[in-house]
Amino acid sequence: MTMLSERQQLSYIAAQAADARLNVELETEGMTLNIGPQHPATHGTLRIIARLDGEQVVWAEPSAGYMHRGYEKLTEVRTFPQVTSLINRIDWLGSFANEVPFILAAEKLMDIEAPPRAQHIRTILFELSRIANVGLFLGDLGVQMGAVTPVFMAFRDREYVLNLIEGATGGRFHPNFDRIGGLKDDLPKGWIDETKQVMKKLRRFCDEIDDLLFGNEIFQSRMRGVGVIPSDIALQYGLSGANLRASGVEWDLRRDQSLPMAWDKVDWKVWTHPDGDSWARCWVRLQEVRESTKIVDQLLDTIPAGPVMAKVPRIIKVPEGEAWVSTENPLGEMGYYVVSKGDLGPFRVKIRSASFNNMSIAPWVLKGVYVPDIITILASLYFILGDIDR
Amino acid sequence: MPKIPGLIKGLGVTMGTLGRTVRDGADTVQYPHAKEAPPVRARGVIALREDNCTACMLCARSCPDWCIYIEGHKQLAPPRRAGGKPRQVNHLDRFDIDYALCMYCGICVEVCPFDALFWSPEYEYSEPRIADLLHDKTKLGEWMETVPEAPELEAGAEKKK
Amino acid sequence: MSALLAVEIPYWGQSLLRVLGGIVAVLLPAGTIVYLFLFKMMSFMQSRLGPMEAGPFGSMQLFAEVGKWLQKEDIVPAEADARIYKLAPIIVLLSTFLLVVVVPFGPDAYFVDFSAGVFYALAIGSVSVIGILVAGWSSANKYSLLGGLRAAGQLIAYELPMVLAVVGVVIQAGSMNLQDIVVAQNSGSIFGWDGVGFPFVLTQFVGFLVFMIAVQAELTQVPFDMPIAESELVSGYMTEYSGFRFLIFFIGEFATAGVFAFIASVLFLGGWGVPFSWFGWEGLDDVDNWMNIGGPLIMFTKMLVLTGIIMWVRFSYPRFREDQLQRFAWKVLIPISLANIALTAIVKVAV
Repeated sequence: MTMLSERQQLSYIAAQAADARLNVELETEGMTLNIGPQHPATHGTLRIIARLDGEQVVWAEPSAGYMHRGYEKLTEVRTFPQVTSLINRIDWLGSFANEVPFILAAEKLMDIEAPPRAQHIRTILFELSRIANVGLFLGDLGVQMGAVTPVFMAFRDREYVLNLIEGATGGRFHPNFDRIGGLKDDLPKGWIDETKQVMKKLRRFCDEIDDLLFGNEIFQSRMRGVGVIPSDIALQYGLSGANLRASGVEWDLRRDQSLPMAWDKVDWKVWTHPDGDSWARCWVRLQEVRESTKIVDQLLDTIPAGPVMAKVPRIIKVPEGEAWVSTENPLGEMGYYVVSKGDLGPFRVKIRSASFNNMSIAPWVLKGVYVPDIITILASLYFILGDIDR
Repeated sequence: MPKIPGLIKGLGVTMGTLGRTVRDGADTVQYPHAKEAPPVRARGVIALREDNCTACMLCARSCPDWCIYIEGHKQLAPPRRAGGKPRQVNHLDRFDIDYALCMYCGICVEVCPFDALFWSPEYEYSEPRIADLLHDKTKLGEWMETVPEAPELEAGAEKKK
Repeated sequence: MSALLAVEIPYWGQSLLRVLGGIVAVLLPAGTIVYLFLFKMMSFMQSRLGPMEAGPFGSMQLFAEVGKWLQKEDIVPAEADARIYKLAPIIVLLSTFLLVVVVPFGPDAYFVDFSAGVFYALAIGSVSVIGILVAGWSSANKYSLLGGLRAAGQLIAYELPMVLAVVGVVIQAGSMNLQDIVVAQNSGSIFGWDGVGFPFVLTQFVGFLVFMIAVQAELTQVPFDMPIAESELVSGYMTEYSGFRFLIFFIGEFATAGVFAFIASVLFLGGWGVPFSWFGWEGLDDVDNWMNIGGPLIMFTKMLVLTGIIMWVRFSYPRFREDQLQRFAWKVLIPISLANIALTAIVKVAV
């Protein structure tokens, strides 16, 4: 981990300023470039309206909402068990992680707690979905920069993780496995050994990506010193997750919050990076995948025996009240504010998804960069369209 | 040891993968010729055991996108014991699942109190027309053959009653 | 000037043979590169098998793809400058055909024996810039425009190191004729030992490296594919093209890769020749007639090795940013190749 030297940062800023001055002197005419809603780089239907001066961005603005599915409203007309099957489609790459905060919020309202075995398995699946999600990000990073090979490696190794999730829950993408009061089912036989094997493969995958992409000088020259977000700006824009940690803020809800989950029972590290540039954001994520495999490995060894379901009535009615629970999802802080009026379903659910807030910094960070840097900065900010539009 | 430049290392990774693919074969499966076995719990398709169904509508009501269509009527069945009164049973006329709508959440299988619905890992039932994905109870009954035994549980799990 | 065969062939026959030979020399490498590297090597590097259904091991896949492209509608955007838009891919492919003309494939197997061959090749190589610029401009698409302008900037920037890298070879061989360069390499000797001839890659290694990097950039392959940059510019100057015009761009890309690899193997790797000492040949006139068959095969093998490296790099690296790529050309490659020329000239004069 090397810090970007001040000289490098200054030279980058100076180069941009010089370009801007030149453009003013020549009185060039700008052009507006619409990146999206259908564009290979936006992995979804995000639209970036960029005002260009040559290859330089004068201002840029993300325009979200092309894939709005109205989950906040939909949850109002569904019962509590049905809601989990909907909300795991918000961030479709790490879907189990979407279910957990909602279930925790409902459990908080009902004042029940899942048995320790269920908490453990929940945490394992949560971290597995983080690996599946961020692992794909690491591969996708290459594609954004023209390297085609990493993404195939990412898909190959994500497949192992998805097979695990499918083996335990039955759903590859949308597990719908978390229940109020515990889990739907226990783990099938042989799953723990298989998971340990896969964790070894994933650590090898991280090393491969490290060699193929992060060690590559071209990649470094594209990422270092580009899209720098200082920590105070990051906090002002409400960034969360790896984007915030890459700006040097040591903030991780898994550690800072006491939730009925098993993170506090294992030994792990919160990675941060002082630079706050694109490189730092990607690097922190790579370390987090490695850290997640370690968390899973430790948790697998210490699963307590017992039931996976607390005693809950067959027809779930959540008592009146309001609860807010957020967790550290693969993309950042994801939380649900659940308001219940004692009915079968929630009265109102406010979803705080990480990508929406992470994207809100785009106009600030895209100002003055070059067109190719738009793509790398967006890639390093890492958004999932479903998570932005909900 | 001097640091190997990342550019060379990257070339090494791709060439190493090429060597592994030549030696051990690819990680991919040539799909129509070879198939991967999905896990036992895989949610491929919902199979129906018609005899167990009492047309109670619980599944249809709990479905988040209402893709189950059930029609039934009450009829008199011959009494269990000789000389008894004829029993009134629910007879299932129609049980359709629209797989174009189904989102494979598994809530219907879970809520079924009579063990009439099961998950099968069968996945090859695509249709060229979206309307053909509406499957009736005979088709759903045929899938019963592909339903596997529930897997054994990992050590430390509590046995289900 | 003898023809490909010993018998006397009328002029029209010779011309016909040359045209056919040119088509083979352009399309055969292109097809081989696409199948061997783009379909198979890339897939294997990504731990998959690539196309397997069309023909044995998917070897007919390319024909299937060509058939698919030919069936597609040839779309011209409403705002586009239709005539120029249609012409652009043909200019690009034409430059490839013109380029292969000077490449010698054997003692007699050449299209034109041109004494300023190197000069011609480097000049014609930049004609494709016009085609690309025109394609980007006439498409009436912002992405195409950005791609076309980037391509123009990049191709011109990398033309220079390429020319300068070749100068070293020209100084060493004392000729600009590609045939003479081949002969000079194969009849030469290293400190009196003539076992492998004297391929210029040994002395001109820096030149070879610069040339190959410049070729990579000329071909707009990763890491220099900013003009196409599919993740940001959709497909650069090719964005609007479809059907057979896209096919022509596609063939042009890989055919040019093959032809540049031919030229690189002529300039640095000894071309079609085997070391003359193996068979006791003195000069070009002694070379046996079978080299007219063997020479093209040797060239083809060398071409495959070189394009293999080009493609290997392409599948492993991410791409440079536009300004980094320009800086690399002007601040690194050009000074290096200038130093290389100076050094070569000093040694040449001194020895």
